[in-house]
Amino acid sequence: MSALAKMASSRLFWPVVMLLVLFAINLVAFPGFFEITVRDGQLFGSLIDILRNGAPTLIIAVGMTLVIATRGIDLSVGAVAAISGAVACSIILGSPDPGSLATVAVAVTVALLISLVLGVWNGFLVAVLGIQPIIATLILMTAGRGVAMLITEGQILTVNSPPFKFLGSGFWLGVPIAVIIAAVVFGLAALLTRRTALGMFIESVGINPEASRQAGVRARGLLFAVYTFCALCAAIAGLILTANTAAADANNTGLFIELDAILAVVIGGTSLAGGRYSLVGTLVGALVIQTLVTTVYTVGIPPIATMVFKAAVVTIVCLLQSPTTAEALSGFRRRLAVRSGKGVAAS
Amino acid sequence: MKKLIGIAAVSGAMLLALTGCASGGSAASEGPKPLDELVVGFAQVGAESGWRTANTKDIQASFEEAGIELKFSDAQQKQENQIKAIRSYIQQQVDVIAFSPVVETGWDAVLNEAKAAGIPVVLTDRAVDSQDDSLYVSFLGSDFVEEGEKAGQWVLDEYADASEPVQIIQLEGTTGAAPAIDRAEGFAEVISANPNLEVVASQTGDFTRAGGKQVTEALLKSNPDVDLIYAHNDDMGLGAIEAIEAAGLEPGVDIKIVTVDAVKDGMQALADGKINFIVECSPLLGAQLVDIVKQINDGETPEKRIITEETTFTQEEAIEALPTRQY
Repeated sequence: MSALAKMASSRLFWPVVMLLVLFAINLVAFPGFFEITVRDGQLFGSLIDILRNGAPTLIIAVGMTLVIATRGIDLSVGAVAAISGAVACSIILGSPDPGSLATVAVAVTVALLISLVLGVWNGFLVAVLGIQPIIATLILMTAGRGVAMLITEGQILTVNSPPFKFLGSGFWLGVPIAVIIAAVVFGLAALLTRRTALGMFIESVGINPEASRQAGVRARGLLFAVYTFCALCAAIAGLILTANTAAADANNTGLFIELDAILAVVIGGTSLAGGRYSLVGTLVGALVIQTLVTTVYTVGIPPIATMVFKAAVVTIVCLLQSPTTAEALSGFRRRLAVRSGKGVAAS
Repeated sequence: MKKLIGIAAVSGAMLLALTGCASGGSAASEGPKPLDELVVGFAQVGAESGWRTANTKDIQASFEEAGIELKFSDAQQKQENQIKAIRSYIQQQVDVIAFSPVVETGWDAVLNEAKAAGIPVVLTDRAVDSQDDSLYVSFLGSDFVEEGEKAGQWVLDEYADASEPVQIIQLEGTTGAAPAIDRAEGFAEVISANPNLEVVASQTGDFTRAGGKQVTEALLKSNPDVDLIYAHNDDMGLGAIEAIEAAGLEPGVDIKIVTVDAVKDGMQALADGKINFIVECSPLLGAQLVDIVKQINDGETPEKRIITEETTFTQEEAIEALPTRQY
């Protein structure tokens, strides 16, 4: 009983319940939802699709979690994703041998390096110039897509390069490459921030920058690090998104993904006010968002009603998570416990 | 006080400018000008797709060939930029203004200014939603309903002998966009003639490859017996091809694909046998636009609605057309 109560009070409880409810809806609409088969040596099934299509959102959301933990926000991730895709595709297109592994390696490296520069730029605006994060990153959000347009000259660049395509739709030991990359990014972030003091420093900067400075935490360096890491995550996601269709579309790659990523972080229980963060929560949040998209297709919700459906689900999750609701619910549980004669001890 | 004088001076200057426009307008209606004295202002949406770039190039080339001066502006998909461009054309007293409206509404004010200045306006490719249809002379563009009907007709003929239900998935364009609404309507209208043809799922892929791919992936799982995919543009069709291949099926054979647009990548897929039929939505409307400008110059009234000359492509026709395709 106490284990159940403990679980119910966890910040992850409601997001996980929501995920299970969405799974159940899918299962009713489409009985084969949980079926995973091996086709051509690759795992094949709805759950695999959710993981693969959710990978870019998850990768960006991991970076976003750390930024939000410092009481910041990064709106420029979608634009950075578009730039990295555009850079990679134009390099591959411009090379004499688009199919070679070396070309793709160069393209990917250059795209990632450029994203580091963009991340340092965001970090500079926030940490050195002290501009509010939402404004600082808004600059790159608007300008960045223009840069991507300039790189692609307003065209959709289609590349015919098997190694590049592999990034988006390839498999390794039956598992989609995108999922493996997401797992690596997630694992690295968790390891770096939770197995060292880094995570605590980030949280302390988010809770009280002045106090943490006086305690000897160098906020400036930390801010640079989290914004650069976030931009790097965005670039990785952008490469996966671009490789998925083997085409760089400056207008649409990563469009509104910043909102999905922020939502994933918030659903996962990390507060936008900074401080405590939960990477596992972000993982659940990203899965909820992607499952939501799949649910729309499986259940056959008409496109006109899609937005309302998504809004309803997100509203429910946020309502259930709010401290006021939690208090009301726990009060209700207490009364129930009292009535059933178990007394206060059970709660 | 100084400020007030300043405002008065500016508004005075604006009044002067306005009367200037009006006189320019009356000069334009005096009679046919020689072609090399004509000036046409064209406000383009942007350069968001291969289709749009082909549209721009064709218009520029057609006017150059006709010897008519073309002033061109790119609005980068923003209405305010387009309104600015149209205002500047009014000030420059061009003879005809042509533009592809970024969105359907919000044009009445600037089009009234053009009307007051006596400059005829031609819409290309996209329509405006306005009560007052005297604001423009002519609308030159595709008939999206007819495109849907052509796609439906091919499906109807292809499955004329079908005795079993044929399952169709529809990939819709951006929800609320005119091409998405009309292409769905025309298609549904035609295939209703055969009760065996059934649209089992219809979802939006936002006119993008990634959207088309993701929707198809999910729908293939819940509707494994689907026979045909109808996509509102080539890009979503190309995304669907990826999803079908990932599911271990052969696009164009196991699942047939019909799309609209006929851009280069789509035509290539058609020639490769991965798409079965494409209805053209031609961006090459430069020649027809030049004709309209000439008619206006000669004092004639062009037709209010002119439909772009368009065709359809089968796989064989695509192989033939591909080498000379401009876009």
